[in-house]
Amino acid sequence: MTASAPLEVDGPAAPPRSNGELVFAEPWESRAFGLAVTLHDAGAFEWSQFQAALIAQIAAWERGREAGECFSYYRCWLAALESVLAETGLVTANDVTQRAALLAARPPDHDH
Amino acid sequence: MTETTSSERLPIALRTEALEQLLTERGLVDPAVMDKFIQMYETAVGPMNGAKVIAKAWTDPEYRARLLSDGTAAIAELGFKGSQGEHIVVIENTANTHNVVVCTLCSCYPWPVLGLPPSWYKDPAYRARIVREPRAVLAEMGLELPAETEIVVRDSSSEVRWLVLPERPDGTDDLSEEQLAELVTRDAMVGVAKVEAP
Repeated sequence: MTASAPLEVDGPAAPPRSNGELVFAEPWESRAFGLAVTLHDAGAFEWSQFQAALIAQIAAWERGREAGECFSYYRCWLAALESVLAETGLVTANDVTQRAALLAARPPDHDH
Repeated sequence: MTETTSSERLPIALRTEALEQLLTERGLVDPAVMDKFIQMYETAVGPMNGAKVIAKAWTDPEYRARLLSDGTAAIAELGFKGSQGEHIVVIENTANTHNVVVCTLCSCYPWPVLGLPPSWYKDPAYRARIVREPRAVLAEMGLELPAETEIVVRDSSSEVRWLVLPERPDGTDDLSEEQLAELVTRDAMVGVAKVEAP
């Protein structure tokens, strides 16, 4: 549990003293964010649906966390998005896994 | 969500890329629209919007009254609206009462005036501890409040997104609305800091 854990002083979750923090720590986080916002804007799902899934993912992480494991908000975000898409039948987890495996098999210089 | 073992070994960035490819191919996501949204939240929507709202409330008593009675409507007067801007409730900090905002369940936050939440706001440690020991957490974040100041923790949700109207600092009577806006920080509007005079 996080009961007596001090706040991080350094690292990605550290409370900043100014407003100069990057919105996204890594590029994939911005893509995951953009996908959910764009799909919602296009009417693919209600935001409340996504939010309920996000709350569930965060709660599941907090229940199942292992000591020392870092919290990744956008991992929960992506998992929530995938679960909503699977519920609506638009994209299944299996679709994503298969495509990700294909992408992983690309030669290392694929984007050069 | 069920994940296969192999998917867990793949980096999350690949999984995100795979999902984006599939959604684009199926015509569910327009990449141009998506890029516009990302850029908007990376550069155009942020705490500077909220700072303008606060500075106006400090200099225009009628606006202040409207802001405190219907946050979303008064904020929309300045052109700030959109996703996560519904049900914004503005609460003022005073010499006796200090409000601080959290979302205990996830990350509810008034995007049109503050942009996307910082990572500490989403972190389990902040979300759990600010409720139980707000005075200690605020002190760790650099805000030592006198023992007699009452601290009220406001839990944001999709029904109520809290925005703090910080106290206007002393010695700022001569500043213009624009100059005042430059003093207002995101942290002050979440209630984990005060606005300092220049």
